[in-house]
Amino acid sequence: MGLAIAVVLTLITAVSVSLISAHFWWFPVDVATHGPAIDHLFTLTFIFTGAIFVLAQLGLAYLIWRYRDRGQGGKATYLHEPAMLQVTWTLIALILFVGLAFMGHRTWAHMHYTGAQPGALRIEVWGEQFAWYFRYPGPDGRFGPIHPSLMDDSMGNYLGLDRPHDQASKDDIVTATLGIPADRPVQLILRSKDVIHSFFVPELRMKQDLVPGMEMPIHFTATEDALNHDGGRYEIVCTQLCGMGHYKMRAFLQVMTEKKFEQWLKQEAAMQ
Amino acid sequence: MGSAVLTPPKAKPPEDSTPPPGKGNDGPGGSGGSGGPGGSGRGGRRHPPNWSLPPGAYRIAIWMGIVSISMLFAALTSAMLVRAEIATDWVHGAIPSILYFNTLVLILSSLTLEFSRRSLRKEAEKGFTGWLYATTALGIIFIAGQLLAWRQLAAHGIYVTTNPSSSFFYVLTAAHGVHLLGGVLALFYLVFRSRKIFGTPQKRIAVDVTAIYWHFMDVLWIYILILLKVKL
Amino acid sequence: MGEVQRGPEQRKRFVGKYIFSVDHKVIGRQFYFLALFAALVAMLLSWVMRLHLGWPNVQLPLLSTLSPAGAPGGVLTPEYYLSLLTIHGTLMIFFVLTVAPQAGFGNFLLPLQLGAREMALPRLNMLSFWTTFAALGVLLSTFFISDGPPITGWTAYAPLSAAGSITGPGEGMGQSLWILAIALFCLGAVLGSVNFIATTLGSRARGMTLHCLPLTCWAWFLTAVMILLSFAVLLAACLLLMMDRVGGTSFFLPAGMVISGDLIHRGGGAPLLWQHLFWFFGHPEVYITILPAMGIISHILSCFSRKPAFGYQSMIYSMMAIGFLSFMVWGHHMFVSGMNPYTGFAFAVLTMAIAVPSAVTIFDWLGTMWGGKLRFTTSMLFAIGFVSVFVTGGLSGLFLAQPPLDVYLHDTYFVIAHLHMIMGLAGTFAIFAGTYFWFPKMFGRMMSELLGKMHFWLTFIGAYAIFMPMHFLGFEGNPRRYAALTDNFLKPLIPMHRFITIAALITGAAQLLFVSNFFWSMFRGEKAPDNPWEGTSLEWTVSSPPPPENFSGGTPVIYHGPYEYGVPGSEKDYVMQNSPEKIAGG
Ligand code: HEA
Ligand code: HEA
Ligand code: CUA
Ligand SMILES: [Cu+2]
Repeated sequence: MGLAIAVVLTLITAVSVSLISAHFWWFPVDVATHGPAIDHLFTLTFIFTGAIFVLAQLGLAYLIWRYRDRGQGGKATYLHEPAMLQVTWTLIALILFVGLAFMGHRTWAHMHYTGAQPGALRIEVWGEQFAWYFRYPGPDGRFGPIHPSLMDDSMGNYLGLDRPHDQASKDDIVTATLGIPADRPVQLILRSKDVIHSFFVPELRMKQDLVPGMEMPIHFTATEDALNHDGGRYEIVCTQLCGMGHYKMRAFLQVMTEKKFEQWLKQEAAMQ
Repeated sequence: MGSAVLTPPKAKPPEDSTPPPGKGNDGPGGSGGSGGPGGSGRGGRRHPPNWSLPPGAYRIAIWMGIVSISMLFAALTSAMLVRAEIATDWVHGAIPSILYFNTLVLILSSLTLEFSRRSLRKEAEKGFTGWLYATTALGIIFIAGQLLAWRQLAAHGIYVTTNPSSSFFYVLTAAHGVHLLGGVLALFYLVFRSRKIFGTPQKRIAVDVTAIYWHFMDVLWIYILILLKVKL
Repeated sequence: MGEVQRGPEQRKRFVGKYIFSVDHKVIGRQFYFLALFAALVAMLLSWVMRLHLGWPNVQLPLLSTLSPAGAPGGVLTPEYYLSLLTIHGTLMIFFVLTVAPQAGFGNFLLPLQLGAREMALPRLNMLSFWTTFAALGVLLSTFFISDGPPITGWTAYAPLSAAGSITGPGEGMGQSLWILAIALFCLGAVLGSVNFIATTLGSRARGMTLHCLPLTCWAWFLTAVMILLSFAVLLAACLLLMMDRVGGTSFFLPAGMVISGDLIHRGGGAPLLWQHLFWFFGHPEVYITILPAMGIISHILSCFSRKPAFGYQSMIYSMMAIGFLSFMVWGHHMFVSGMNPYTGFAFAVLTMAIAVPSAVTIFDWLGTMWGGKLRFTTSMLFAIGFVSVFVTGGLSGLFLAQPPLDVYLHDTYFVIAHLHMIMGLAGTFAIFAGTYFWFPKMFGRMMSELLGKMHFWLTFIGAYAIFMPMHFLGFEGNPRRYAALTDNFLKPLIPMHRFITIAALITGAAQLLFVSNFFWSMFRGEKAPDNPWEGTSLEWTVSSPPPPENFSGGTPVIYHGPYEYGVPGSEKDYVMQNSPEKIAGG
């Protein structure tokens, strides 16, 4: 029995490690400038935890096999508490684990401690049960005020704009696709009409909740390379349980060249 | 299962001599050399071989209950602070003045309960039951007073939903009221059992435990009053 | 006591003895059966969920009779999927893993291991059970109301859970009943914990110093303290949520919400407040489920390694550290919620810090086996399995604890893999290990080792087959709580989901081996001796099952620590706690 479980543990370890290192099921391409830092952190963490995983599982297997009761009589080692060993071990674990936390600090700081660069393209992202809308401020660079009482999907006034009266609203552009230019900083302002949703584009390595009553800014820059995969089209999925349609709440992110983007925005503006 | 034949237990009969709990013999937990100072100090508190339930249990239990109730109100407090901080719609409401009267009643009830306990210690049954009645009555008056306070607020058009501050007012007073009601029930129990309690020293623990709880309700109420009074 | 008397009194006796009993041994078994029932229901729900994820259009004829609205024509609707998910998670976390290891084994064994006659407050104990029972009844009743169970998952995030039926099916009556059930559960858990603490502090036998307590008792005690502190907070949160739903307040409802076209006239509430309150409870809760498991595993590993528990003290300090730190890391569930990023980083560091005592426990378990003479009973196999899945699940926690990585992994199947590995599997493995270990004491008969070992192999391999692939789904970005996979990038993952479903069905079926072994052995198993595993703690000094008064000869007297195995110079390879035999050296 001891041998059997040792073998099975070894097999599980081997299969897990090889499936992970084969990258057969793996992360999608990354198309944001902050992506490589995250992927690098992933790699480091994989190596770190992988080593512990192998060590611990194989160690377990070895102990089971080595110290199985062979029915030869005699007693086990009578041993309670080697204090030095324990202190050493605890300290090592402390340094390793907390070190790991600090390793990720720079990436986190880059993503969240600072705001978007000045001149970034500002876009509002709106979630509702179960659809996405995106708002561009238009030529005046200002978003018009929101009037919840005017929100009416059937009239096409998804965000409750009062275009006749609010100057800033007049040129706002509301779209169903998130179009962005490549290689230019983008700031998204996430807002929700009803419950909490979450904005997730796996290729951007980016996720943030949309909380009603709050405005959540996030920022990123899509790389040139983003144009080359899937025609620059990536799925935006909702990752916060928001009701029965949660699983089909999605939209597309379309990365374009600067020129194409201007054109596209004009087209969308004409359709308002 | 019930019909399984029970083999006689193998446990050693208790020896009359005190057992050696110290390290000399076994070492605490058999731990080689790292027994720690608590070896037979704190851990060594032993109990007489007494099959009836240890009276200390009730005392520990009530204190644990108090810890838990404190956490409940700590959570409500932190919710209130957070809610007040982010709110644009927070209107600080004046609290109905009857609350001060109620507070006085409650403090008084703690005093009467103490008088009752003192009588119990002095073996004066009359005083014991008399003060117990007084305490119960004061407890009921307090609850009535709280209900009156709600009525007053409602008369001013302030309901649960009027404002977040009034929501918290109602929630906090109600939560306290429910817990206090538990205390009143305990007092009722004491009143009905007062003869028996007086007659059996072991049962007097019930009075102590109720008193601890009751005083805690008192302190808790004063805390809530301050919380409601302070402009957030 | 002797035999059950037959006579007119019998019925009343039966009620007093098995239904409204104040005997901790009966209550412990009642809790255990409640957990077993909840686990089986929750497992069936997971089958339906899995089938739906693999084959969304599959028709399950039984289902449409059970819930015509939830599964018209036998095909699950997306909202009913979420209902099942909610009940699956709620049952498993609350009614299985908070009940069985703590209230189940704890109630049965704590007085026995402490050398006490009873729990300190037997009637409170009974109240605790019946409150929990009522909670379970209320929770399951949601299946039988018109709009079905709630759809918000076990975390019930506001405002989805706070705005009422307008936010979706199940959000009317169903959600309210869910809140009521959880509130009742909180009450029951707190009452039980008060009792655990009073018993541990006040009812120990002579000589049972805190340094002689078995690690199980330590774990139950520390868990009770954590329950006391955390469930009260959940109760407060439930109170506020209920007020938002039925009282018209707006604690969690922000101003200007427009739900399906209707403007909600509430103002200024804080949706994130719910998350803070919930996770302030929720994180301690996950450790509440695992601490008793840790105690049980330490106990069993030591017994079957025939060796003193390695690092008895460091185990206690680790559990204390885990208990303490677990109240300071709740923010790691909220990295993407919009929390202040500096706070987020602080939470990340604290989370890594809590991994340290967890790692120490692993070290202690490996150390216990090192140099031992391992006996591979079924119980031991599950204990070994526990160590394996705990390592696997703990290591995935190290990914989640880093905010930049959690930004990718949050709410994907990677989290599902993590929580099942470290909680679902580790927790149930501990229950299984404990069951095979203490069944003889609880029911007076032995379980079949052959069936037990088959059960272990299928469950252990099956568990990895189900949950290891979920990590890969997480890498691919598969969000959790998705009723179907319709996105382009998710469609290629369907074969993987099918594989998982098949593994889940097989593993689930293997649990029938356990259940049949359990009930067969209860009535037909071999009679158990007093001390079948040659254990040292006090429960093994009494008959199997123990007499009503536990120690019929009077209080035991304790001379030794709980894990004196392999003592040099001693006649046998174990010295029981109440044996006056002297141990040389020590
Ligand atoms: C029993 C329950 C349990 C336990 C113990 C843990 C333990 C840990 N958990 Fe887990 N967690 C959950 C249950 C649990 N978790 C649940 C239920 C959720 C999801 C809730 C939901 O959203 O529904 C969750 C979610 C969750 C998240 C949020 C994910 C998200 O939603 O985005 C995070 C993030 O930090 C996290 C981290 C951790 C960490 C770092 C540990 C650490 O404590 C782990 C420590 C252990 C180790 C690190 C193993 C170490 C082993 C060794 C080092 C051995 C080495 C030996 C040799 C080399 C000889 N968990
Ligand atoms: C104890 C915890 C536990 C356990 C054991 C399980 C067991 C299983 N879980 Fe569960 N699960 C959760 C806790 C648990 N789960 C939680 C908290 C969630 C999140 C809910 C949410 O999002 O809100 C979740 C979510 C969840 C999902 C995610 C769905 C989604 O996000 O869309 C899936 C999908 O496959 C799943 C599947 C399974 C399967 C196939 C099993 C099993 O069938 C595996 C096989 C069975 C066993 C290994 C043993 C069964 C145990 C017993 C029979 C115990 C016996 C008890 C006694 C003796 C007292 N679970
Ligand atoms: Cu929107 Cu999920
Ligand atoms: Cu956590």
